[in-house]
Amino acid sequence: MSSLLTHPPATQAPETQPAKTSVDLDELYAASNIGEILDQLDRELVGLVPVKSRIREIAALLLIDQARRQLGLSTDAPSLHMSFTGNPGTGKTTVARRMAGILHRLGYIRRDHVVSVTRDDLVGQYIGHTAPKTKEALKKAMGGVLFIDEAYYLYRPENERDYGQEAIEILLQVMEDHRADLVVILAGYKDRLETFFSSNPGMGSRIAHHVDFPDFRSDELLNIADTMVSGLHYRLSIGARQAMQEYIDLRMDQPRFANARSIRNALDRARLRQANRLFAQGGVLNADMLQTIEEADIRASRVFTQ
Amino acid sequence: MRLTQGQFSFLPDLTDEEITKQITYALSQGWAVAVESTDDPHPRNTYWDMWGQPMFDIADAAGVMMEVNACRKANKNKYIKVLAFDSNRGFETIRMSFLINRPSAEDGFELVRAEGPGRNVNYTIRSYATEKPTGARY
Repeated sequence: MSSLLTHPPATQAPETQPAKTSVDLDELYAASNIGEILDQLDRELVGLVPVKSRIREIAALLLIDQARRQLGLSTDAPSLHMSFTGNPGTGKTTVARRMAGILHRLGYIRRDHVVSVTRDDLVGQYIGHTAPKTKEALKKAMGGVLFIDEAYYLYRPENERDYGQEAIEILLQVMEDHRADLVVILAGYKDRLETFFSSNPGMGSRIAHHVDFPDFRSDELLNIADTMVSGLHYRLSIGARQAMQEYIDLRMDQPRFANARSIRNALDRARLRQANRLFAQGGVLNADMLQTIEEADIRASRVFTQ
Repeated sequence: MRLTQGQFSFLPDLTDEEITKQITYALSQGWAVAVESTDDPHPRNTYWDMWGQPMFDIADAAGVMMEVNACRKANKNKYIKVLAFDSNRGFETIRMSFLINRPSAEDGFELVRAEGPGRNVNYTIRSYATEKPTGARY
């Protein structure tokens, strides 16, 4: 209950107060701790400028809505269904998971939870199986965010007996009827999601925010590597950091490059090599040695030899 | 005769908004909410028909309200109640129960007298609705 009391949903803002004629936006801004949320976002997510500016716009809209309500101007809950498009590893899933927290703190949704589903969770295998399955997922997500990864798999034009269409229709209806209860986020690769929207115009038109995730630049990727390493309680030696930079530049030109995901994989392999090196060396180890990833751990990568 | 059973039954019927608030409270306590319906309003009838399973994994009242509305749609003219089950050790029982739907015409109860040995008379009540077979009552 306490969590409900400390974060009252925006829809429950006082409406019964006597008619005011002005409202102090600075005061509202301070009360909503939006600044803190946006700062945290800037700190924790590297790059992603279009995403951050979109979140900033949404925050501003919600704040202005709150102000309007205080002056007795009627406001409809804005539709915040979103689609995230971008190449692999550009942070679509990470941001979606964070979106619930952001929207919750902005007072748009009541609960800070994300229900993450894929085609398997929504579409049934036989007639009459799909609707209950989709509704089950929607019920679980109510009050929070429903995140549909690889959303285009819902629609399979090549198989006309596919039940995906049924799931899409139920989804559309709930997106329309429960706009205040649920935020739906679709994610996937840009071209395929666009095809999906063009074959399901109802879906495309109900999504107000199409956010495109750009590829990371090499300096951003190095930043991400630093964040990941410190998150794992490791650190890169000076030589290792230099090697990492070179590694990123080389890796970016290679096929199957998946942005931050490739960096994560590279770091995982570097940890493996570090463990192997320490194991071979044997003897007494101190905390510093256990934490440091050396240049050799990264230089041993196949990327440098190709 | 208006049936009074469970919580809030002496108050006017709860609006959807009030039901949502009660469910929100139940969920905030960690209780599982269930929906049940019946056409046999006897107070000792503990066997109401379950509308699906108790909703153990739903976090928000809006999700429960979807089921509430679906049950109402299917059982317009029956009694429907919302229950909240507390699974905590020591309780393991229903903590909340309130009616959210009732038939348009409620028949009420008949007082039945059964004469026993001597001048002894046993009293019981019987719902007029149960004169008819189930399915044809309301």
